[in-house]
Amino acid sequence: MHAVKQTMILGVTAVLMMLAASLCFGAGIPDKVSIGDIQKYYAPVDFNHAAHINSLKDCGLCHHHTTGAQVADPNCARCHKNSGAQPVVSCKGCHVAEPFTPEALKQQRDQHPPIYHRDKPGLKAAYHVSCLGCHQKMGGPTGCQDCHTRNDSGDALFKSGKYAPKAPAKPQAAHH
Amino acid sequence: MIERRDFLKGCLACGVTAATVSVAGGKAMAAGSFEGYPDAMGVLVDLTRCVGCRSCEAACNAEQKLPEPDLPFDDTSVFKDKRRTTEKAYTVVNEYKVADKETLYRKMQCNHCTEPACLSSCFVNAYTKTKEGAVIYNAKVCVGCRNCMIACPFNIPAYSYSSPLNPLVQKCIFCYDTRLKDGKPPACVDICPQQVMTFGRRADLIKLGHDRIQANPGKYVDKLYGEKAVGGTSWMYLSSVDFDKVGFDGHIQNEPIISNVKDFLGFVPMVLSIWPALFTGVHLLATKNKDGHHDHEEGDHQ
Ligand code: SF4
Ligand code: SF4
Ligand code: SF4
Repeated sequence: MHAVKQTMILGVTAVLMMLAASLCFGAGIPDKVSIGDIQKYYAPVDFNHAAHINSLKDCGLCHHHTTGAQVADPNCARCHKNSGAQPVVSCKGCHVAEPFTPEALKQQRDQHPPIYHRDKPGLKAAYHVSCLGCHQKMGGPTGCQDCHTRNDSGDALFKSGKYAPKAPAKPQAAHH
Repeated sequence: MIERRDFLKGCLACGVTAATVSVAGGKAMAAGSFEGYPDAMGVLVDLTRCVGCRSCEAACNAEQKLPEPDLPFDDTSVFKDKRRTTEKAYTVVNEYKVADKETLYRKMQCNHCTEPACLSSCFVNAYTKTKEGAVIYNAKVCVGCRNCMIACPFNIPAYSYSSPLNPLVQKCIFCYDTRLKDGKPPACVDICPQQVMTFGRRADLIKLGHDRIQANPGKYVDKLYGEKAVGGTSWMYLSSVDFDKVGFDGHIQNEPIISNVKDFLGFVPMVLSIWPALFTGVHLLATKNKDGHHDHEEGDHQ
């Protein structure tokens, strides 16, 4: 009898906890995120979200104030200390892929409040500045191709691999 | 760099004195008074973000259809030298060990000055400052005199000698033809993974630069390089260390270089008629030598 009751309590608690979790995080947290923002030159990156959650345990480090977690950046905290969870938490929900189109520039300019959101990096930079900055501090991989597999047009752009300059550099006649 | 400029100043001063002819008015203008076009675009470069990946160099090479580089763009051995821009590379990234464990990278290219020394030193008017902010040039009228190369405070213009009869000035053009004139950001800005470069209206970027300094106490030195230097530049820089440490001339004058040469400019129309002839002569000489040299090189390989 006791055992059954205990199991039931445990079960109910578990359900409640799960509910609480899903309420906190809104729609489920993805374990993997495929990032294909620079597919022109690199294969998409399969970002292991779950592993990062496990090792960091602090959503605010990447998601600013949007998950409702404590805000890490003191600049954000000034306004968003008690903002709570936001409907949009994904990077691409706020950081635009093309930050410098005339429309995007106008939007940035008209932003209110006038500073932090106005100086908001585009999507590609949001990833790199955040990921690379943390990887540098915590000893994660930092080389371009540690995370990105470069494709053929990438090799062509970088004049690398089979596109590497054939003739070794011939010293040019000095023109000064 | 400075010596060259002083040298130019010296030469010009001599020229003006010797001529004792002062052609007043004409091209002489009130230097330093030009605020720039109100909607001119610019780029704010944040050195603290650059990781030295050289993607910008690769993108510039493709966009400007430049010749094949000597080494792949992912080769970091280039960092052992301090490179400068050349006719094959309108932009180069250099590495600076600024402290024990701190390395900064700096991308260099034309800074698209508000009052460009290259433009004011060019007596055939090859250069144009567009309303979008780019300093572009018409290679067809360039006579290869190298005045702009000497005048530029940032050591930017280079020459192409692929056609020995007609050496052409070559430098970053802010991707004017292919992008800027349609309101698009340059190729190097577009590809940068770290958004080291923020593209926008120059007037907005000045504010943004100062805001960034203020919002991150201790991160940056309190200076927006290019806001004032040589009368202002379209490309401006933020750094965490003194600008001298990352290859800039930290004590560069705030007055445009044109102030040094404006007397000379009054004097230009007079010499205009003889200079092309003079330079054609110099060219023919130079070319002759070079042809000989090339023949010799080819001979070596046969
Ligand atoms: S940086 Fe040099 S080449 Fe570029 S606009 Fe200024 S003076 Fe001219
Ligand atoms: S603005 Fe264009 S031309 Fe100038 S360095 Fe960048 S890619 Fe090259
Ligand atoms: S692409 Fe950006 S991060 Fe990479 S070297 Fe150029 S400026 Fe630096």
